[in-house]
Amino acid sequence: MTSVAVENLACQRGGRMLFTGLSFALGAGDAAMVTGPNGIGKSSLMRVLAGLLPSYAGSVSIVGRIALANEDAALDRTQTLADALAFWARLDSSKGVAAALEAMNIAHLTEVPVRILSTGQRKRAVLARTIASGADVWLLDEPGNGLDAASLDALTLAMATHRQGGGIVIAASHQPLDLPGAVRVVIG
Amino acid sequence: MGAFTALVARDLRMAFAGGAWLPLAFFMLVAILFPFGVGPDGALLARTGGGIIWIAALLAALLPVDRLIAPDAESGVLDQLAVRGVSEELIVVAKFVAHWLSFGPLLMIAAIPAAVLLRLSGQTLWRVELGLLIGTPGLAALGVMAAGLTIGLRRAGALAGLLMLPLAVPLLIFGAGTLAPNPGSALLLLAASSLFLCAVMPFAAGAAIRAARE
Repeated sequence: MTSVAVENLACQRGGRMLFTGLSFALGAGDAAMVTGPNGIGKSSLMRVLAGLLPSYAGSVSIVGRIALANEDAALDRTQTLADALAFWARLDSSKGVAAALEAMNIAHLTEVPVRILSTGQRKRAVLARTIASGADVWLLDEPGNGLDAASLDALTLAMATHRQGGGIVIAASHQPLDLPGAVRVVIG
Repeated sequence: MGAFTALVARDLRMAFAGGAWLPLAFFMLVAILFPFGVGPDGALLARTGGGIIWIAALLAALLPVDRLIAPDAESGVLDQLAVRGVSEELIVVAKFVAHWLSFGPLLMIAAIPAAVLLRLSGQTLWRVELGLLIGTPGLAALGVMAAGLTIGLRRAGALAGLLMLPLAVPLLIFGAGTLAPNPGSALLLLAASSLFLCAVMPFAAGAAIRAARE
């Protein structure tokens, strides 16, 4: 059963304590919305949850596969979008790339090199990779950045579908996202 | 294993798309220019040519070092791999294999016309080829280590060169030593140095990637 439990988490970066005593627990189908002013440690929290940064104190236990979508696209700029995503699909043993591209409305861009995609298109590609990865826990760092209204709706729909399937969504965002019933995690 | 082959395939593709021919062209240019520098004395060329091939191979292996790991660290590829549970050691071994494949075999082929330009005998050419086969994996390992240690630094390319060249001295000494009349022990020592670098590389470069993560 997919679950996320964060207990008394503290995070320190560059000798500065970003946050302390952060706790929340999520079960299958749940969501958390992390909010707080710029620079308070939302992205750091995401990286700690993803296992990329050590926590200063406290514990994180996640049952299920994780997918991280942050500002780093991790798509090879010289390749076409289809090829760049195919590499990750191979690593994820995923068959759902076409459906995910469809869900984020970028199926028509597959033959375009990643370097000439716009910010919003690249963001949608990252979200498509997250959808296609088949991971149980989505860590979305500012998923709405650079997205137009239609893409935001697509994102909302994708998050809702993921939760209906028993997945967990943890989103950090300074703009409102449509995550009904989400646990509010306020930092700072 | 799936992740490993996917990584090697991707890196090879990037290497050949991003100019894997450059080190080769560089290697050939050195071999072509050297006779102009020292003059057309055949005996002198034949005596020094093997060493020149080794120097050229070392520099050719160094050329793509700033493109080996830094772009992947910057674009978030390394983070995405870590999230998927791919270990840093596996990543750098894949990068090592791809790096070697992108210059090692090509250098060995290019050594044939270079040997002609440098008036090397057939026997010397064979020894150069054998030495390159044994030594270039060590050069590739050094390159990956230097690339890992200079992630995120400014002017990483120049720094990687400074880091890598002194460490390549044993390979150079024993590589050139294989051209001496009795190359047996030099070959063994070359193999030992190369093997040592290859064995240390995954742990050193893997730790460097983890340390650079922020």
